[in-house]
Amino acid sequence: MRQWVWVGLMCCAVLPARAEVQQFELSNGLKVILQEDHRSPVVVSQLWYRAGSLDEFNGTTGVAHMLEHMMFKGTKNVPDGQFSKLIAAAGGRENAFTSQDATVFFEQLQKDKLALAFKLEADRMQNLTLAPDAYKKENQVVMEERRMRTDDQPQALVYEKMMSVAFQTNPYRRPVIGWMNDLENMTVDDARDWYHRWYLPNNATLVVAGDVSLGEVKDLAMRYFGGIPSRPLPVRKPQVEPPQIGIKRINVKAPSKLPYLLMGYHVPELRDVNDWEPYALQVLAGVLDGNEGARLGKFVVREQRIATQAGASYDMVARGPGMFMLDGTPSQDKTVADLETALRAQIQSIIKNGVSEAEMKRVKAQVIAAHVYQRDSVFYQAMLLGEYVNDGLPVTAIADEVARIQAITPAQVQAIAAKYLLDDNLTVATLDPQPVTKELANPPISDMHNLK
Amino acid sequence: MRLLTGLILFLAPVLACAGLPVQHWQLANGAQVYFVENHDLPMLDVSVDFPGGSAYDPAGKFGLASLTHRLLDQGAGGLSDDEIASGFADVGAQLGGRFDADRAGMTLRTLSAAEDQTPALALLAKVLSQPTFAPNIVEREKTRVISALKEAEGQPADIAEHAFEKAVFGTHPYAHRENGNISMVSTMSSADLQNFYRSHYSAHGAVIALIGDVTRARADAIAQQLTAGLPPANLAASTDIPPVPPLTAPVLLTIPFPAQQSQILMGQPGVARGAPDYFALYVGNYVLGGGGFDSRLMNDVRQKRGLTYSVYSYFMPMKQPGPFQIGLKTRTGVTEEALQVVRQTLADFMAQGVTPAELTQAKDNIIGGFPLRIDSNQKILEYLAMIGFYHLPTDYLDQFTQRVNDVTADQIKQAFANTVYPDKMATVVVGDAVAIK
Repeated sequence: MRQWVWVGLMCCAVLPARAEVQQFELSNGLKVILQEDHRSPVVVSQLWYRAGSLDEFNGTTGVAHMLEHMMFKGTKNVPDGQFSKLIAAAGGRENAFTSQDATVFFEQLQKDKLALAFKLEADRMQNLTLAPDAYKKENQVVMEERRMRTDDQPQALVYEKMMSVAFQTNPYRRPVIGWMNDLENMTVDDARDWYHRWYLPNNATLVVAGDVSLGEVKDLAMRYFGGIPSRPLPVRKPQVEPPQIGIKRINVKAPSKLPYLLMGYHVPELRDVNDWEPYALQVLAGVLDGNEGARLGKFVVREQRIATQAGASYDMVARGPGMFMLDGTPSQDKTVADLETALRAQIQSIIKNGVSEAEMKRVKAQVIAAHVYQRDSVFYQAMLLGEYVNDGLPVTAIADEVARIQAITPAQVQAIAAKYLLDDNLTVATLDPQPVTKELANPPISDMHNLK
Repeated sequence: MRLLTGLILFLAPVLACAGLPVQHWQLANGAQVYFVENHDLPMLDVSVDFPGGSAYDPAGKFGLASLTHRLLDQGAGGLSDDEIASGFADVGAQLGGRFDADRAGMTLRTLSAAEDQTPALALLAKVLSQPTFAPNIVEREKTRVISALKEAEGQPADIAEHAFEKAVFGTHPYAHRENGNISMVSTMSSADLQNFYRSHYSAHGAVIALIGDVTRARADAIAQQLTAGLPPANLAASTDIPPVPPLTAPVLLTIPFPAQQSQILMGQPGVARGAPDYFALYVGNYVLGGGGFDSRLMNDVRQKRGLTYSVYSYFMPMKQPGPFQIGLKTRTGVTEEALQVVRQTLADFMAQGVTPAELTQAKDNIIGGFPLRIDSNQKILEYLAMIGFYHLPTDYLDQFTQRVNDVTADQIKQAFANTVYPDKMATVVVGDAVAIK
């Protein structure tokens, strides 16, 4: 075990004291993060592998997510289906998810069952079977998942196409679930290559939150993960997206009753906590859509009635490049062009006239409150820690956020909008609704008959 | 994600919580209060519910209950929609809504410092007691609801769900969409909303749930503040919902839609909240299709055959029997095969019941997982509100794990035989009808 690193979260005045986030690293490079929370006799274990769709190559897109599925299909010691059964029998819940930046496996259990989670996770970090017949069925399941989440969801389809246009070279242009043709041609060997490449203790962060002590976590981590050997990780290329040099547009035709608009501007992400820009972008998103009284709802939806729904979003924590998004559904008598004009007018208004102190105060009040509310969920606390560490940020940045946001001025919000929310930096995607009832000989609504 | 679990979690029943001290009392105005005092975090969660869900929509005005609920915070007590929204946001408070066929309610999450909490509660009291229902705002929100209804008509999952409810509930009030239909919503006036509000939002039927950083005395004062200005009880307005008639014949409904997957829903009227069979059905359903990867449906349809990403079954207990539903999505070409597998799994389950090993596994998970169900104020608030609204006994929670533990394989078989009739299933398939055949 390497030296212990203790990180005290800087507690700001509004937050009552809580247990400090504790971190240590095993000699094989596995990072362990603990947030003690003794409110309930439960514990969450999340194992974050720094391997997401960002790390994939053309031709095998979706392999990170495919491997996530295969991680439940058996090891030398725990046959197919047994992982879920063992966790369920212990009263636990388990699941996993894959993002652009990571693949994450988690268990939620009574506090005295943490050893089971560690034991099973350590086992499948080293001993995955990857049987061809199990792979074949699971590959079908993943294709069903793609149909369900993307192909039959017009707005998800718009998002997928938009990202693939907004980014030209960076892997964020590819969908996490993978292109269908890549899924169809993926083999169990592709999954095995991925597993050997990335499923290593020195490429993972184990986050624990709940009613357990540092001593317990340290002992269990050593016992189950301590003996797993590390290997050098492949070099990751930066694949920096070249600057966009002109507005991009894409139209997507899909069965739907209503049109939809999605706009994205390239913006920076948080790499250095002393950089004020990502915090200003977060405040900007709050001024536009951080609460029911924010500008998009107030002006575009309720006052001008151009949209029935409009939103803005920005996530400052990611391994890859950032995107500031706006979206909305036009009102009955309005078009996506009308809505685009209205959304861009809101941006222009901020660039020209800035934002008010009252708006700033409101956004900041919400950030402060959110830092209290998020402590109601043990799972969410673990999520935040995992995300920050996986994406290369210090865990202190989570608590520091309140102070950083409070330091942002109206002038900075105005400046950040003027710097990044530019046409040359913009991609606009629209959903062009297609009929939902085919021109068939069949009756368009229903044909009802009784079964024998 | 390997599996969407939201549905399964959402439908989980209330479980026992030895050591969770639930306090219950009634206000002089008839409102019921359920409270858990907890000072771990400097925050308060509160909800107020009324018997004002979509099942109370008057004939010809489907969607009125939902629209009324939607308008509560869109202007009240002399404040505009924006002033209300900003008022909550200024103190970091979060206002939410709760709406289904039985219930209409509001939730509030606020910090416990007086300078944050006091204005947030005062605003909530206004929203509940003095909604304006200004005609121009009603018109604006109607167009937004109509837009949402229109969008739903273009989404196969929504089309399937609506067709399923119609097939299962026929002319019963549980059959129509919670937010109504376009032609009926179009005709609604401010006066309609006022009338619905006056007859359904009295303190007499209100259930207030609170958990967080306040004392019992303060909780009582808050409950009084939130109900003091509510409309007087209209004892003529019944809160009864008519019984749900059982299906008398099988129904198969095929709705063409251009999509890669078929949406399949099968089911019947299920069980009412508080029914004696409920625990046997809940534990049994874990084995059939409620237990995720522990369930037979998941094993037969996904694990063995790769026909779907997710397949589930659930009972949704309501004031009257809510739906029993089995659902899955599958690629068009194997729709018939998937349907056959589901039917066979259900038939086997009805014929054989659960094995001893399955029963043990189900109980181990439900009982062992109990602490996870009450590990946040948010979750506890939902349980308090539900216990209150459905008049479950206050010791219901304390008894729950025991009642799960008491369930036998015979009881499960009997309860399913009494409730589920595979020969009278309603089945809805939305998809590329020509390819499905």
